Amino acid sequence: MGSGWVSPSEAKVLNHRVIRSDTRAMEWFLRSSAILVALALSAVILLIVGASPWDAFALIFSGSFGSSAKLAYVMTAWAPMLLCSAGLVVTFAAGLWNIGIEGQVVMGAVFATGVMQALQNSLPPNAVLLLAASAGFLGGALWGMFAGGLKLYGNVNEIFGGLGLNFIAGSMTVYLVLGPWKRPGIGSTSGTEPFSPSLWLPAFKGFQVSPIEVLIGLVAIVLMAVVLRGTYLGLQLKAIGRNQRSAFLMGIPIGRRMLFAFALCGGLAGLAGWVLVVGTSARHNLFPLISSGYGFLAILIVLLANLSALWSVPISFFFAAVVMGSLQLALQRQLDSSLGGVIQGLLVLSILMMQGLRSRLLPSKKR
Amino acid sequence: MKVELKDIYKHFGPVPANDGVTLSVESGTLHGLLGENGAGKSTLMKVLSGFLSPDRGKILIDGIPVRFFSPAQAVVLGIGMLHQDPLDFPALTVMDNFLLGDPSRFRLDRQRARSNLLELSAQLDFKLDPNAWVSNLSIGERQQLEIVRLLWMGVSLLILDEPTTAISSQQKDKLFAALHKLTDQKKTILFVSHKLEEVKELCGKVTVLAHGKVTGECKMPCPTEKLVEMMFGQIITVGKRSALPLDNSVLDLSHLTLNDWRLEVKDLSLQIRAGEVIGLAGLEGSGQHLVLKASAGLIRPKAGHIRINHTDMTGRPYHQFLEAGVTYMAAGRLEEGLIAGMTLTEHFALMERHPPFWVNWALAEEIAAQHIQEFKIRGQPTTTVEELSGGNQQRTLLSLLPPHSKILLMEHPTRGLDLESTEYIWEIFLNRAREGTAILFISSELDELLDRSHRILVFFGGRVRVLETPQVNGIRLGESIGGKGFES
Repeated sequence: MGSGWVSPSEAKVLNHRVIRSDTRAMEWFLRSSAILVALALSAVILLIVGASPWDAFALIFSGSFGSSAKLAYVMTAWAPMLLCSAGLVVTFAAGLWNIGIEGQVVMGAVFATGVMQALQNSLPPNAVLLLAASAGFLGGALWGMFAGGLKLYGNVNEIFGGLGLNFIAGSMTVYLVLGPWKRPGIGSTSGTEPFSPSLWLPAFKGFQVSPIEVLIGLVAIVLMAVVLRGTYLGLQLKAIGRNQRSAFLMGIPIGRRMLFAFALCGGLAGLAGWVLVVGTSARHNLFPLISSGYGFLAILIVLLANLSALWSVPISFFFAAVVMGSLQLALQRQLDSSLGGVIQGLLVLSILMMQGLRSRLLPSKKR
Repeated sequence: MKVELKDIYKHFGPVPANDGVTLSVESGTLHGLLGENGAGKSTLMKVLSGFLSPDRGKILIDGIPVRFFSPAQAVVLGIGMLHQDPLDFPALTVMDNFLLGDPSRFRLDRQRARSNLLELSAQLDFKLDPNAWVSNLSIGERQQLEIVRLLWMGVSLLILDEPTTAISSQQKDKLFAALHKLTDQKKTILFVSHKLEEVKELCGKVTVLAHGKVTGECKMPCPTEKLVEMMFGQIITVGKRSALPLDNSVLDLSHLTLNDWRLEVKDLSLQIRAGEVIGLAGLEGSGQHLVLKASAGLIRPKAGHIRINHTDMTGRPYHQFLEAGVTYMAAGRLEEGLIAGMTLTEHFALMERHPPFWVNWALAEEIAAQHIQEFKIRGQPTTTVEELSGGNQQRTLLSLLPPHSKILLMEHPTRGLDLESTEYIWEIFLNRAREGTAILFISSELDELLDRSHRILVFFGGRVRVLETPQVNGIRLGESIGGKGFES
């Protein structure tokens, strides 16, 4: 357990120390210059691939906010990000790098799909959806606890354990999609037989987004913020994250609390997996790579939010907008939509770099 | 020689060790200076003998203000001090030690010095062999040598700092007789002690010091109660150690063998009673930390048993030790105790033994504010612990100790604290001990070990000796820490 990694919350302590040293102006300067640097670098890359940066940025914007339908798409991408961020806020608080979140999303989708396939013809749709949600939560929680168990009992760092479990979850979907759950007759990696619209989350008429999925995401974020701020559980998790040894000596059952954090994060990620199966803009089936990188993206979101649950709400919304908006690059300019990913990555890197620079420029005041 | 100290101030950090002390010693008298440990006696005497310069205040000899900046200058003016631990050279002979202090000539006149030494010794009924090695002398004999040496150098005010802690009762009688002879010769003696009986027996007048201030003066004979009150204020218990109840053992180590990668503590058996205070001495990493950690349930013994309240706890997890009432406080403040990035309020909230679901932040902040005041932590409830100074981190650590532990295990509990805080903290510990808490503490301060413990375990390369404190002194303890008595 006593690994040499700097835990995320320890890193936060370092940042925190600096923020206190009454240099708010410097803070804002660095933040805004981080965004400018990211935009400039993105522009350079767009120029390299032969696109006009201004045009591309405008497309991304109109692609995400140009119409209610597009906004609805953004919202549907936002929901799983919110759920994953809510979960990661907990594991990060406990000082854990839950890289396995991607697999936890996948296992949530697998469990949800399994329950729906088994029960879709025998129970009313709402009951099936609800049971599938519970199953998704359970699947993700179990997968999270595997990572935690490996760490606690097998002395496997959660980063490597999580990576391994991601592989297993991914391969398992391929096996299920091509094997036991294959479409009658076809059996391609495009996925399992889509569920009937009665098993889709209900959406507003003309606005293709379900209030349920966004609401669940927002509720999850608020709940986690409350847990971390107001409960002993949250306080103990933060204590573990910042100093495991001290927390242990204080008598906090760190093993149990860590497993709990993994289970909770995995559960929320599993719920995101369920949303990816039943959500309004989902394909309504299980397919390989169903997690679509939402888990990894959420790691970046929470890091950028400086581990704050509430700050990850606007940041994840922004990310969802970039993800959805950059689809227009492909549709309208024959550019690959993964350029959106490049822009996101640049943004994250430049902000993290600014945080690094900040702690170098403003030496922390010890005492 | 009449000596007057006027309004002496001496600060160590923010805390005054001497806070405006005025004291007058008449020529040819035996004057006692009484006070608890940490009352400021030693500081005052170091000021008078030139070891320390006062921050403020005057020293007058026979009415004339004097200034001096070293013990040598003080000796020239006629002030000499016999230290608690003799400042001599054990590797030299008595004769060489005797000669060492004499700055007057370049060429040594050994013959004359020798006869002076013998003459002075005879006057005071001391038996000193000039050719003996000082390392072979007892503490009492080394004191005698030091007294003779100071007299030879012309000292007419002799300061004795706790001279009886380390010597036998025959040597004490001899010393007291010599002191009386010296006052007959118009020498002035300042006798510093925290032992009431000695001061009463020996001195004609006594000044009492407490918390850096003179709390009273009294001509002998003077009722003990009055002296005690001047020393301790209203508290009417004499003696710093808590009286030890002889009943049940709370911590029973039997045939314990502990090891880490470089050290082994073998076959240690020890019973610690409720209310007992045990000091663990030894150079850093001599095995004392192993015993403390094993008693806390943090390391498993290789062999042997640990019983707490007659329950075998060997090999049980740490949290069961916690539940059994064991509290462990490590030396690393921010590594093994406090949590950097968390506020004082959060720390006090975390100490809640049976936490409900919701944190009561208002209550936690109130508790934090109380402890901040009680333990004089310089910080706010919202201060994060890494922003505190080392001493304040230590105070925070101490304030976090749960109030009702049965066994308190501490590494360097008062490290980094000023005199006043140390006294205050030990008052709390000893109150706990009186209520039945057994205390084991590691310290590198000999004074702390000697003053506070009922027994001292000295560790040397994993081996252990048990010393009973009333019979041991700083020198013996120091020698023991250095390995004396561990041969064979």
